[in-house]
Amino acid sequence: MYKFSSKLRLFAIICMVLGLIGLVFGFLSVPGTVEEANEILAAQEAHHGGGEAHHEEGAAHHEAGEAHHEETNFVDEVKGEPGYSEKAMANDKDMGHGAHEDGEHMEHVLHQMQTKPWSATFIAAFFFMMIALGTLVFYAIQNAAQAGWSPLLFRVMEGITAYLLPGSVIVLLIVIFAGEHFYPWMNHELVEEDKIIQGKSGYLNFPFWLIRGIIYVVGWNLYRYFAVKNSRDLDTAEDLKPYKNIFKYSIYFLAFFIVTESTMAWDWFMSMTPHWYSTLFAWYIFASIIVSAVTVIAIVTVSLKAIGQLEFVNDSHLHDLAKFMFGFSVFWTYLWFGQFMLIWYANIPEEVTYFILRIQEYNPMFFGMLILNFVLPILILMNSDFKRVSWFVVIAGIIILVGHYIDIFFLVMPSTVGPYGSFGITEFAALLFFLGLFIFTVGMGLSKVSLRPKNNPFLIESEHFHY
Amino acid sequence: MASGNVLHVLYNDDDVLMKAVKEIRANKYRINEAYTPFPVHGLDKAMGLPHTRLAICSFIYGLIGLSVATLMMNFIMIEDWPRNIGGKPSFSYLQNMPAFVPIMFELTVFFAAHLMVITFYLRSKIWPFKKAENPDPRTTDDHFLLEVDTAGHDLDALSKFLYDTGASEISLIHNEEHA
Repeated sequence: MYKFSSKLRLFAIICMVLGLIGLVFGFLSVPGTVEEANEILAAQEAHHGGGEAHHEEGAAHHEAGEAHHEETNFVDEVKGEPGYSEKAMANDKDMGHGAHEDGEHMEHVLHQMQTKPWSATFIAAFFFMMIALGTLVFYAIQNAAQAGWSPLLFRVMEGITAYLLPGSVIVLLIVIFAGEHFYPWMNHELVEEDKIIQGKSGYLNFPFWLIRGIIYVVGWNLYRYFAVKNSRDLDTAEDLKPYKNIFKYSIYFLAFFIVTESTMAWDWFMSMTPHWYSTLFAWYIFASIIVSAVTVIAIVTVSLKAIGQLEFVNDSHLHDLAKFMFGFSVFWTYLWFGQFMLIWYANIPEEVTYFILRIQEYNPMFFGMLILNFVLPILILMNSDFKRVSWFVVIAGIIILVGHYIDIFFLVMPSTVGPYGSFGITEFAALLFFLGLFIFTVGMGLSKVSLRPKNNPFLIESEHFHY
Repeated sequence: MASGNVLHVLYNDDDVLMKAVKEIRANKYRINEAYTPFPVHGLDKAMGLPHTRLAICSFIYGLIGLSVATLMMNFIMIEDWPRNIGGKPSFSYLQNMPAFVPIMFELTVFFAAHLMVITFYLRSKIWPFKKAENPDPRTTDDHFLLEVDTAGHDLDALSKFLYDTGASEISLIHNEEHA
């Protein structure tokens, strides 16, 4: 029986309190008027010098009315025309948009700056929620596949999924209250002059979107509730009825999940840029979800083993988890690159905006995350023996988690705040708050029942699992 | 090749075989070779065989494949005959890199896989039309055979011990010609 230590509990509570203070600060310090936003921009310009380009690019991505910005923004370095973009911009102003756009543009910038704390909160909230959700999916897969190696880890997984209920409710509340901050299609004025969004309004309308969000959260949590309940019943049961129930629920849940995960990815992420679409997108987010989840299962397993719990888990179990970390990292890269290469190659304006914004404004980190998410995991975890060394797995795990936080960051930040995204106090505070909540909830979840399940028909196979 | 006489010990089941291998080695008898119809998980560890170095070769071959692909595509598509495909920059390998990633990946896999198989053939000294070396054709069907060195042991005691480990059949093979 694991006991949630008071030190860890205190640490989690301190994280939450500090995070909450930081978040309040973040929400209070956003500019309220165009003048304040201007001041901030002026201060930034003084810092960086090259502020002029930023001004122009800020408006580029959302609005169809400003599509000409997107095309002229492209700097063709290979052609050897470094001034190409500036010249095009100058042309653009000659056509008579310049003066009238400045005021409108600054309002847009202000809106983006006000969105930033919302984005920061959403990124951290979703990051920890997806760990719990992915763990639940991994748990369901193990049950549905009747895997023989993993039943000894079921209690660890159930403990991590304890965070799903608070996590998913918070995420749902954030997307509801962020509303227009995230989702331009919720703005009626904008939709009125936008044929493309009008065409999508059968799916992208607030009531349907809200109902879908509630269905996801309720559905996922229902499975979690009944699976964990039956898993605990199995400890005292005299027949295999609870086990059969979990098997059945897991199959239904996996079918439900793969549909809701796709629509969730469209609803909560892709509709931030309602003109842009990618058919790979939902899979790509799923890859992030599952690799982070398996990584956290491995890290929690190693930590519990290090403090003397889980002595029945051997290094072959760890080896298998590390194999999944390795494999899903490659899977994530495959999908990331599959999406990137096709869009890059075809270079169709309505598709390529997504990457132009990210590459021009966030270049080093946007490609840098490939090192964290692909190169380092593949090199660290390639050797068979290293997958059994717990501190190696933990180091690789931390790298993967940092990498996938950055991944979620770049899903949300550029789409919602354009070029003004950065990792500052608000982002750090949000991360701290949800980390604290995650540790607290998972610690409580793990300490509820014995970490060793009973009566699972595959338990003996799992105990003797060796590779 | 072992000198002297050996016993050919047959087993019907891979779990029995694994247990027997551990017991035989624990009793300080020498197993020259094991013949199995399929790879038995963990048998190499139980036999005390050194870890395979094929994985290291494979990694190096993969790197060679990656380099070959990079140099090849750089020569073909950038240096020798730059072509404008879909308006992509054609004078810089780095800026054109995403288009070459599938080729780099495929050649990495191709080199790693093929060279690894060839290395395995060379190392195991097998080639096309080579006569099979397995001592009993049943090891290609459903039997497992251990070749145990008799070297100086009492044959009766050894056979009895081997039957106790679950052997289904034991035969003595004279290897005088090899001695």
